[in-house]
Amino acid sequence: MRRGLWVLAVLLSHWRRHRMQFATLLIGLIAATALWSGVQAINQQARTAYDRAAATFGGVRTATLVAPNAATFPQNLFIKLRRAGWPVSPVLEGRVQINGRSMRLLGIEPVTLPADVGNAPRLGAGDLSRFVAAPGQTLVARETLGDLHQDEGAMPSISSGAKLPPLHVLPQLVPEVLVVDIGVAQRLLNKPDQVSRLLIGTAKGKPAPLQSVVGDQLRRVEPSDETELERLTDSFHLNLTAFGLLSFFVGLFIVNSAVGLAFEQRLPMLRTLRACGASARLVNSVLVLELVALALVAGLIGLVCGYVIAAALLPDVAASLRGLYGAQIPGQLTLRPEWWLAGIGISVAGAIVAAATSLIKAVRMPVLATAQPRAWQQRQRRWLVLQSLAACAVFAVALLLLQYGQSLIAGFGLLAALMLGAALILPAILEILLLAGQRLARGPLALWFWADSRQQLSGLSLALMALLLALSVNVGVSTMVETFSRTFVGWLDGRLAADVYISAADNAQAIAVRNWLKDRSEVQAILSGGRAETLVEGQPVELLGLPDHPLYRERWPLLESAPRAWEQLVPGNAAFISEQLSRRLNVRVGDVIELPAPEGTWELDIVGIYADYGNPKGQLAVNVAALIRHFPQTPQTRIGLIVPRDKIPGLIAALQKQFALDDRAVADQATVKAESIRIFNRTFAVTSALNAFTLGVAGIALLTSLLTLANSRLPQLAPLWAIGVTRPRLAAIELTKTLSVALFTSLLAVPLGLLVAWCLIAIVNVKAFGWRLPFHVFPLQLAELVAVALVASLCAALLPVLRLARMQPASLVKVFANER
Amino acid sequence: MSADKLSRRAFAGGIAALAFARRASAQGYAGLGESADGFAKVTPGKTFSFPGDHGPHPDFRIEWWYLTANLVDGNGAACGLQWTLFRQAAKPGPQAEGWANQQIWMAHAAVTRADTHRFNELFSRGGIGQAGVEAKPFVAWIDDREMKGTERTDDRTLAPVTLKASGADFSYALTLDADRAVVLQGDRGYSRKSERGQASYYYSQPFYRARGTLTVDDIQVEVSGQAWMDREWSSQPLDTDQTGWDWLSLHLASGDKLMLYRLRQKDGHDHPFGNWISASGSTEMIAGSDIQMTPKATAEVAGRKLPVEWQIAIPSRSLSITCKPLNPGAWMGTGFSYWEGPISFAGTHDGVGYLELTGY
Amino acid sequence: MLRSIEFIPSGALILLSIRNLSKSFTSAGEPVHVLRGVDLDLRPGERVALTGESGSGKSTLLHLIAGLDAADAGTICLEDTEITKLADAGRAELRRDRIGLVFQQFNLIPSLSVADNLAFQARIAGRHDAAWSRELVERLGLGGLLKRYPEQLSGGQQQRVAIGRALATKPSLLLADEPTGNLDEATAEDVLALTRDLVARTGCGFLMVTHSLHLAGTLDRHVVLHAGRIA
Repeated sequence: MRRGLWVLAVLLSHWRRHRMQFATLLIGLIAATALWSGVQAINQQARTAYDRAAATFGGVRTATLVAPNAATFPQNLFIKLRRAGWPVSPVLEGRVQINGRSMRLLGIEPVTLPADVGNAPRLGAGDLSRFVAAPGQTLVARETLGDLHQDEGAMPSISSGAKLPPLHVLPQLVPEVLVVDIGVAQRLLNKPDQVSRLLIGTAKGKPAPLQSVVGDQLRRVEPSDETELERLTDSFHLNLTAFGLLSFFVGLFIVNSAVGLAFEQRLPMLRTLRACGASARLVNSVLVLELVALALVAGLIGLVCGYVIAAALLPDVAASLRGLYGAQIPGQLTLRPEWWLAGIGISVAGAIVAAATSLIKAVRMPVLATAQPRAWQQRQRRWLVLQSLAACAVFAVALLLLQYGQSLIAGFGLLAALMLGAALILPAILEILLLAGQRLARGPLALWFWADSRQQLSGLSLALMALLLALSVNVGVSTMVETFSRTFVGWLDGRLAADVYISAADNAQAIAVRNWLKDRSEVQAILSGGRAETLVEGQPVELLGLPDHPLYRERWPLLESAPRAWEQLVPGNAAFISEQLSRRLNVRVGDVIELPAPEGTWELDIVGIYADYGNPKGQLAVNVAALIRHFPQTPQTRIGLIVPRDKIPGLIAALQKQFALDDRAVADQATVKAESIRIFNRTFAVTSALNAFTLGVAGIALLTSLLTLANSRLPQLAPLWAIGVTRPRLAAIELTKTLSVALFTSLLAVPLGLLVAWCLIAIVNVKAFGWRLPFHVFPLQLAELVAVALVASLCAALLPVLRLARMQPASLVKVFANER
Repeated sequence: MSADKLSRRAFAGGIAALAFARRASAQGYAGLGESADGFAKVTPGKTFSFPGDHGPHPDFRIEWWYLTANLVDGNGAACGLQWTLFRQAAKPGPQAEGWANQQIWMAHAAVTRADTHRFNELFSRGGIGQAGVEAKPFVAWIDDREMKGTERTDDRTLAPVTLKASGADFSYALTLDADRAVVLQGDRGYSRKSERGQASYYYSQPFYRARGTLTVDDIQVEVSGQAWMDREWSSQPLDTDQTGWDWLSLHLASGDKLMLYRLRQKDGHDHPFGNWISASGSTEMIAGSDIQMTPKATAEVAGRKLPVEWQIAIPSRSLSITCKPLNPGAWMGTGFSYWEGPISFAGTHDGVGYLELTGY
Repeated sequence: MLRSIEFIPSGALILLSIRNLSKSFTSAGEPVHVLRGVDLDLRPGERVALTGESGSGKSTLLHLIAGLDAADAGTICLEDTEITKLADAGRAELRRDRIGLVFQQFNLIPSLSVADNLAFQARIAGRHDAAWSRELVERLGLGGLLKRYPEQLSGGQQQRVAIGRALATKPSLLLADEPTGNLDEATAEDVLALTRDLVARTGCGFLMVTHSLHLAGTLDRHVVLHAGRIA
């Protein structure tokens, strides 16, 4: 034990003398752990939120009974079922507005609520009486209390004027949900004796068949293991994970180079230790111990950084998830112990993987140095050949994935293989370039320049590989984001045809609104829309009712269409299909699709395909009148208005005043558009942030590699200085060398990055979201990125070069003294 | 019999798993005067009227329809069953409508054989029709569990009625008939419990003949035998110094019926009460001093020691019997837990009955 | 005298016994026989110089004795221990406890101070003797240099630290491989004189590989390795 500690002390003393190297190692480990665990924290937070949402008093985790048309149904069906032995519990759900803010109101019946509805909040006995007996309680998440600017015990009014029961915080609850007793909910929502759904508990005996009790008034919905939210958001989280993973690997690159260098430098020390009688096993165990200890320290720091990163990114992630999928993620980060353990674990595992080659070398190291070390050229050639062969193998895998991959994971796999292959083959390409330079060189200094660059290659290659990866991902992601935002804005312009959008609370209000609008002179047209839901191949599909209006024909964008598509739509036996759904169902223009509808199957000719960016659900667009014929329950609450621009604010204000509509229910086109664009910008804000982090980590990798190389470069530089090359000149040459290698790498990163962008747009996006974007290249942006990379390299190279330029001649002389 | 039993059962029934239990008991233990505040009071001299009094009395805090049956199957094997519906009002005052209604309903059902004991528990809120009692035609229900008469049902006898209940692993369906009228307990239905004023309204139908089917683990058998129903309602809860009670309903082979119970106090003083119901239906109260109830043997059930065997003597009636349980493990592990199961007795008199033990 | 010698156990008379030691390497596919049956004995306290032309196998022999490498055939016994029978861990233990090693390149640990370098082997061996350490520092004239790092020392100073490290455990045998090879002549004389004194002080055996016949002449005995055998 004591012996081990002495050996450890000796090993650690190395770092005291090589602080920069130590910092490099720690930074690598910290960066790897921080980015990885930051992303994991976000994912975990989101999953917990989905779980909470799913379990909220019997969400999708519980089997339910609902009316076939998804409307509310009379409470006496609940009584009938109970009397027939069905262990059901009623839920009434609706929306209420508090100070213009729309909230989900959930009425539950706690006495019959099944005890096994997931991890639903449990009501204690004392709580139950307070919840049920007047005045009752409104259970809310703590976040909701903040959203409403209310204190616990307050009784806010809803838009109808009725007061909610006193607010009471139930910590496990999802945000934006108000939970009240079902009786209270019926009163607040003005739905006496109505129920939205029945949760099914564990049957006590054998209840009568559903059909025999309620006929076909209710249908059973089985619980799903994976919530719809989870299914929809999977790709989003996979995206995040892929970025986390990339950063993790870039971090490990740094660790690998730092550990490798430290090992080379400590080789004599290890030999001396062995010569002094420390056994191989002792030295090796202490080496591992040292690494694990460092990984633990770095892992802890990395976790703290990861927490900070996650906390910083979470608002954007939460906003995009809410905007895209309606998923509610609390803005406050809560972490579980598993996260800490996993973070430490990944740090240790990563460190061991990154140090594996060095550790294996240490284990195999003979006490005596080999008599004749192979010439560096020979070693380098062998290494280049091996690495290039590996690159070819990885490219082959990429080809296979491109050819046969079907899933999103395969898409990411293809991306990973492409980048790994490119990184592996990079040194060989640079070697060829430098060799060509050397052949073309005139003059001794130029020759030395190229030859020395080649010799430096093995030392710099890991950092350059990291730079290549970070840069190409940057190019790829920026290209995709830019492409997306242009396409999206153009599409949105056409898609938002009307000037004002109204969503009435119910049909009665919609009729009132329409009647009121008829008398408004500024309203040039009233366009009615409608929306219904049905199931196609077991998946929910939206039906969008489009009004027959010239404006739509002019502006509504179609990706593909049959001749006279809009005219074909009017009779009601034709539909446009969203791009996502057409891919999912493999349906083209000219195909026929059969929809289950209340009045029987509805056959629709597909006459057009349209882009529907941002909608996680599949959608079919049909004529609105036809939609109402086939789905009579369709609420006719959506109204679009054509209004001269200057009259819009006045009309909206009047509408809000007249019908007490909140800003969810009435909005002008500009607002809707701004909101949509904001959501999409935030969606990619996270991607961009991670992107920047990755580039930063690559910059650090380059800096640290150069710094560590700088020390070992003295013996190479001293002879040149001795024969009369001035220190500033030497420094300039060094700088030029680094920059030219970085420039080569950056230029290589551009085509690779475009390839990455193509993969993202043509493969990953299609698999993840179901839409394909036109591929654009933005040369200015590319030039900008190359410049950024060069500036990063310049900064990284500058420090060691300045040190060289300022170096005391004595330090250079010492090289010769030591050489003696 | 007494408000004591009343409050105990109310405690079990009213509300065990529901929050009202705590409040009710807290008020109950707080003192006499307040306890029934706002609820209707139990006073002597009430004239019972049927079918009205078969139905609920929502102005009173607590009420129950409590039935036990001693049966034998085709092979002569003894078994017992319990069917109970409890009502408790969370607060006094006019009955609120719909979900706002203050009544809470609870039901217990059990089947006991020598080799097994099954039970379950149900809850419901009043005002919505999930549970309730109607006097004419008589029906008491909660979910799919019910005790139900028809237009033919005699208001005096509350017979014939059908009875059904089911749990996860048992069910039963019985037809109950009786040829004698219900019996008013205590002083013409006024069952005084103590000198301090607690009392209940209490009548029974001990003369039910039962016939039907019993299913345990999907095996159905025909059963027949006799059953006893208690109806009781009150507003006064248990006294603070009362720790529990031991209650028996006995079907004597002679056709006579005997109801006995013993109230246990903290100070060790037990108050036995009794009522002798002759086969003809006439009743006679037995003086407490004339009743000797002695625990004979205990069984350890659910971590408690329970006196499941009793030696009982009533010298004035020349009665001296030993009661033994059909299944000592007849523990009701419900929200408020207690022991309730069929017994048989021998000595100067033979017969079967039911034993209930609470507060252990 | 004769009586007393008779009572001394024979193992004490012979510190190091090498019998028929062989070692060969493979170079460019051809086996090269470096040692071809070396026999050599060292008595306790005896100081022996080992010379021979380049490639005669001097260093190889020293490495085999130190257990840094394994022999092909033959035996090496240090006191009662047969080194040639030990596995790697056992040889490391033997080195740690009973052998001191001094190299031409000093092989100090650059990241440790002089004081830590001196104490290093003794600490690993678990027998740090403070008084002996002080004496060593004093005799080696390192008193003012303890807080320095190896790179801040001259070659002679570094080699004195290396000798101090090797002797700090009071080994039975001190092995030195061209210890003066990196030193100028005057410094070499000084360092060797110091080493001789300290060896005499500890009473350990001393085997030094050198190419200097002059320095070889200052020790008790001089053996020459030629064509893989002791000439």
